[in-house]
Amino acid sequence: MSRVIHKFTTRVPTWRPHVTPIDYEQATPAQREALQETPSNTKISDYVLVLAHDPESLRIRTSLFNGIMYDKGGLAREERELGAVAASVVNRCIYCAAVHAQRYNNIVGDDRVMGDIFLRGKEADLDPRTRAILKFGMRLSECPPNVTPEDIGSLKEVGLNDQEILDLTLSTTLFGWANRLMHTLGEPVSGK
Amino acid sequence: MTNVIEAAANVPSTGPLADALAMRSKLMDLTQASYEAALLPSDPGGLTRETRAAFACRMAKICQQEGLRRHYGELLSSYGSEADPLNLATTDSCPPASEPRLAAMVSYVDLVTRSPKDASESDIESLRKADINESDIVRLAGLVAFVNYQLRVAAVLSVMGEAQ
Repeated sequence: MSRVIHKFTTRVPTWRPHVTPIDYEQATPAQREALQETPSNTKISDYVLVLAHDPESLRIRTSLFNGIMYDKGGLAREERELGAVAASVVNRCIYCAAVHAQRYNNIVGDDRVMGDIFLRGKEADLDPRTRAILKFGMRLSECPPNVTPEDIGSLKEVGLNDQEILDLTLSTTLFGWANRLMHTLGEPVSGK
Repeated sequence: MTNVIEAAANVPSTGPLADALAMRSKLMDLTQASYEAALLPSDPGGLTRETRAAFACRMAKICQQEGLRRHYGELLSSYGSEADPLNLATTDSCPPASEPRLAAMVSYVDLVTRSPKDASESDIESLRKADINESDIVRLAGLVAFVNYQLRVAAVLSVMGEAQ
C-alpha cells in the first residue's frame, strides 16, 4: 500500500499523477518528438508522460533544465541545488525537495545542512553564505516575490558576484516552475 | 531575438549584469522559446492566446511585476479591444457562473500563483468537473508555472539592473 507523504525527506518518493500520462503507443508525432528530448537510456517517467500533453513546452524543457543546473562556470553546483531546495520548501513540493536535497548531499558529502533546513527552514543553523543563499531563495519564492536592493546586497556581502546571483535566480525560479507542475499535477507517495 | 524578460526588466546593455546574461545567452534563448510555447503556441488547444495573455497579465499584477504587467497588457491589446470581455486580466474579478470553465481556470491561476503549497488533488478535480480535458489541464498548469518563473527572473533583473 502506498501513502501520501507530507513531510520533507531526502528519500525520493514515487510521484503519483492526478492526470493520466499519455500512452506512448498512441502518441502524436509532436508528442513523440518532444519525448525524444528526454534521455533515451532512462525509462520515460510518468511526470514527463503527463507533461507530454503539452508537447510544445516539453520539447524545450530538458535543455533549459539541464543548462540551468549543470552549465559550466558561475555558481557552484551545490549552491544551485540549494536554490532549488529553497523554492521547493516554500512551495512545499516534497518530491522536488527530496530529489535536490539528495543531490546537494551527494555533492557536499554531508547531510547535516539539508537535515537542518527541513527541520527548521529559515532558522536553520548555517554558515553565512549558505544562510544568505537560502534566505534569498525563500524570499524570492514567496508571492509576491520579495527582492530588494538589500536582498541583492546581502548576497554580495557574502561574496556572490553578478554571475552567481543570476545563476542562483535561475535555479531558484526554475524550481518555482517545476514545483507548480509537480505539486499540482500529482503527489508524492511512499513505495511503488 | 527580442528577449521579453530582459526588455521588461530594462536590463542595461553593458556592465556586469549584461556580461552575466551574455554568458547564459543560450538559457535566455530557451526561456524566450518557453515564453513562445506558453503564450503563443501553434496549437493552443482549449486555451486561446487571448486567454493566455489575460491570465499572464493577471499573474503579473498579483506578483506586482510592473515591466511584465505592461508587456502582457500590450500583448492583450494587440488582440483587439474585445480580447478580454470577462476581465480575466483584472485581479480579483471572477467570471460569472455561466462561464464555469473559465471560472475554474481563474481559481487555479490564483491559487497556484499565490500559494502553490495549498494546491491538492481536489483542485485538479475542480478543473475536470468544469469539463476541462486533461491536455488543457496540463496546458494551463504549464502556463501558470512558466509565467511565475518569468515574473521572478524579471523581478531580480530589474532590481540588479537599476543598481548599475
